[in-house]
Amino acid sequence: MYVAVKGGERAIDNAHAWLAEERRGDTGVAELSIAQIREQLALSVARVMAEGSLYDPDLAALAIKQARGDLIEAVFLIRAYRTTLPRFGASNPVETAQMVCDRRISATFKDLPGGQILGPTFDYTHRLLDFALAAEGLDPAPAPQVAAPDGALPHVTDFLAREDLIQPEADGPATPRDLTREPLDFPADRPLRLQALTRGDEGFVLSMAYSTQRGYGRTHPFVGELRIGTVAVEMEIPELGFAIELGEVVLTECETVNQFMGSKTEPPQFTRGYGLVFGQSERKAISMALVDRSLRWEELGEDNVGAPAQDQEFVLYHADNVQATGFLEHIKLPHYVDFQSELELIRRLRAEALGGQAREAAE
Amino acid sequence: MSVTDPAIIARQARLSTLAKAPAARLCALFAAYAPEQPTHALLRAPEIGTVMLRGRAGATGAPFNLGEMTVTRCAVRLASGAVGHGHVQGRDADAARTAALIDALCEDGQVAAIEAAILAPLRAEAAAHKQARATRAAATKVAFFTMVRGDNA
Repeated sequence: MYVAVKGGERAIDNAHAWLAEERRGDTGVAELSIAQIREQLALSVARVMAEGSLYDPDLAALAIKQARGDLIEAVFLIRAYRTTLPRFGASNPVETAQMVCDRRISATFKDLPGGQILGPTFDYTHRLLDFALAAEGLDPAPAPQVAAPDGALPHVTDFLAREDLIQPEADGPATPRDLTREPLDFPADRPLRLQALTRGDEGFVLSMAYSTQRGYGRTHPFVGELRIGTVAVEMEIPELGFAIELGEVVLTECETVNQFMGSKTEPPQFTRGYGLVFGQSERKAISMALVDRSLRWEELGEDNVGAPAQDQEFVLYHADNVQATGFLEHIKLPHYVDFQSELELIRRLRAEALGGQAREAAE
Repeated sequence: MSVTDPAIIARQARLSTLAKAPAARLCALFAAYAPEQPTHALLRAPEIGTVMLRGRAGATGAPFNLGEMTVTRCAVRLASGAVGHGHVQGRDADAARTAALIDALCEDGQVAAIEAAILAPLRAEAAAHKQARATRAAATKVAFFTMVRGDNA
């Protein structure tokens, strides 16, 4: 059947013109700048960078402005932009042990070397609306500063590893599979799963992690360590023949320590879950670590209890919010022909059914 | 790959400092150092691209792809034949070209002057920025104290 595809053009142009006007809102109110979004909505920026898989705070801020604050739409814009850029190469793996930490806490060792550093956290706030923020022009009092010790903070899991109480991490291929370059296929090894989780939707990964805590594939996690801070990004430059630091990024890392009684193949020891995410994003990093641990059931010789968070196809196929949105929202687009055939089918079946009833009544 | 040649180590350090410098500051320091941009040919015009960042499972295990970061690169050759490479984080063509020019001028015998006018200030500012965060973080370090029960005294 022929479907008219022209004629919507003017309506679409006008809709976009109105969108631009609505995006700006009341012109009596000052316009947001990219720098304001980058500096003052930093955690939204972090989320868009993480799920957009592109570390560039200014671009993420622009995407948030363009998307009117719709973060999934902003992630979509970032993903689309990313595909237009050439890739120069891949960095050496970042050294999170060398992270300059803004925050670093452990739920397993109170007196760990380097101490518990709270950083700029929402924890321990009372979650009462602060109406002082509604009054503009009030700069906060400067945060207290004390002399900082030099040197990197050791990872908590190193202490357990020294006593052989935690499963050592296995090395893997120097060039991991990349789901942005090849279609996701199964079984997905751990590096591929970690890539999918770090760019996965925060809400989805959170809910999957929460389901394991509530009993759907329990993994008994402790947060061995959570750290947020800056790491250098180093890459080999072929034309120079040596590596240089290309920049610095803020990352959030979570290492969980999970109780493990041993299995057919593994001795009793602690096991690990791992989360590493762009920006300050600890809800996501903890969630990622829990889901990572849950998905490792097979390599650790655990039972598959049929929990959703143990099912790698379920988790990885549904973690991406741009894919999910695309498929979900496509059903609002014209399906006139499909629906026309459904309509005719129902009319015919209905006529047959009603005709049959009428015949039965007559008999 | 570990590098032992002192000239390479110095260049590595210089290029890393330039890559991480705030773009506007880098360009301003260079404009003050060389008000007239040195004559040069572009071996590679400034080009914006990405680098895939990698992490390791459990911080020490198998590498995985974490996500990309924007980088701009540029390569120049001075009239003397000295070649410079610039890489900067972000999307700033002027900063990448400036970094490449600075590298080329260093290769052309201006290391000492550029060290004083550009590299030392950039390093000092980066250290001050890092220190400002580190001292705030240190102020949020928990000082646990243990309650001593009276009957122990």
